[in-house]
Amino acid sequence: MDSESKKVVLDPLVDNNPITLQVLGVCSALAVTTTLAASLMMCFALTLVVACSNASISMIRDHVPSSIRIIVQMTIIASLVIVVDQLLKAFAYDTAKQLSVFVGLIITNCIVLGRAEAFAMKNPPGVSFLDGLGNGLGYSAVLIIVGTLRELFGSGTLLGYTILPTVNDGGWYYTNGMMLLPPSAFFIIGLMIWGVRTWKPKQVEKADYRIHEMHRPEAG
Amino acid sequence: MSVSDNKGAGEADGIEESAQPTTDSHDGAAGKPAGRFAEILALSNDDPKKTVAVALALCLVCSIVVSAAAVLLRPAQQANAELDRRKNVVEVAGLVEGNTVDATAVEALFDSIERRIVDLESGEFTEEVDAASFDQRAAAADPELGVGIAPDADIAGIGRRSRYAEVFLVREGEALQQVVLPVHGLGLWSTLYGFIALEGDLRTISGLKFYDHAETPGLGGEVENVAWRSKWEGKFAFDEEGDLRISVAKGAVPANAPDAAYSVDGLAGATLTSRGVTNLLRYWLDEEGFGPFLAKLGESGTSGS
Repeated sequence: MDSESKKVVLDPLVDNNPITLQVLGVCSALAVTTTLAASLMMCFALTLVVACSNASISMIRDHVPSSIRIIVQMTIIASLVIVVDQLLKAFAYDTAKQLSVFVGLIITNCIVLGRAEAFAMKNPPGVSFLDGLGNGLGYSAVLIIVGTLRELFGSGTLLGYTILPTVNDGGWYYTNGMMLLPPSAFFIIGLMIWGVRTWKPKQVEKADYRIHEMHRPEAG
Repeated sequence: MSVSDNKGAGEADGIEESAQPTTDSHDGAAGKPAGRFAEILALSNDDPKKTVAVALALCLVCSIVVSAAAVLLRPAQQANAELDRRKNVVEVAGLVEGNTVDATAVEALFDSIERRIVDLESGEFTEEVDAASFDQRAAAADPELGVGIAPDADIAGIGRRSRYAEVFLVREGEALQQVVLPVHGLGLWSTLYGFIALEGDLRTISGLKFYDHAETPGLGGEVENVAWRSKWEGKFAFDEEGDLRISVAKGAVPANAPDAAYSVDGLAGATLTSRGVTNLLRYWLDEEGFGPFLAKLGESGTSGS
């Protein structure tokens, strides 16, 4: 893999992460991360959809009339999502049931349409596929971290195996019920964004506006 | 077109292949069949003709991909759904705990349960339909096997029902431990499909579980909630006189309410789903549903069969 494609794949992992930097796709990151298994399945589904939609859209990019551009992208994305949903129902029924509507909601995941519009419409298929893969992996990295923390501290297990024996089962660990609720994912993602931006100050956005210090009473 | 090497997923191939002629002809390599294609492709992207052509072609390709996936994967999905249904029978009867049971264990437990087909009208066991291949949902729609329900009796909102129904008898030795009955009815958005398990006295509910519905996740979807399901255990479906009393209350049931033994807390924010659950139980446990069967089973039970 040459350095250019390596950059396309690795860049979205930290430097240009779709969740921590672009703050896209947060909705599903809150919803499906109560258990690690569900997070992993969601990561797989989303990565597959972004990579394939990017490649397909890039392939027909020269022939997409700009007036129906978004609809064309949505149609391709929606078809891929349905296919992935069917695959999950056929081969991972229990997890598919657990993810319920959220696989279908990949259609509305901003990351997918964002990459189609920002990257695939302007670049050749090969590199678009890699871009989709990279962004899917960037999303996955965040989901896996959040899913691990939430399942471990929320239910004391990881992938269903007991790590911290809970009081209910005669152990010592008092489960943190908040971890099983969506707001906890907000806190974890917020702390991650803080951490990443402290590590890489370049990611800190400039304030949109600053309140000027006034030394005299405002007129009017 | 070296991309195809990078693509791992088979389902994207359909889109890719269809995109191929477009790209090829664009490169000027238009063959005879691609002649018209090339003509359209040569049009400006802003040409309305091309807009329509692209939209049509895209819809065609996408619909083929989607329907191919649906058709090819259906057998595997149906097998999964059947296994899931069996798992629910086993679970509602309280034979397993949690979700960690594997397929073979479920099959083994399911096989230990006696599955019989009942003629709903007479309440007798019947051999008229083949138990192994009997599908109650399909039977309801069948003109021979299904019957329409009179609108005023149709409180569950299902329109038609099968004349026969499957029941599951859990025995320990000869004694009947539990009977599991399939129930279904309209909630708010969807038909809820589930199982209710009654204990050997045929009055006490030992479990209720819905396995297929499309109610709002977080509101009506809470019919799947383990905590709510556990509220059903030990409630009485019928009172001493044999009158059907079970219902889902609106809000919480005070412990000292006169019918606390027959009421289950309603689901917050899901009044219509809760009402649907009441209605479908009232339908299926009454004369129209399993009433005759439960009466017969009660008689034979007391006579010591």
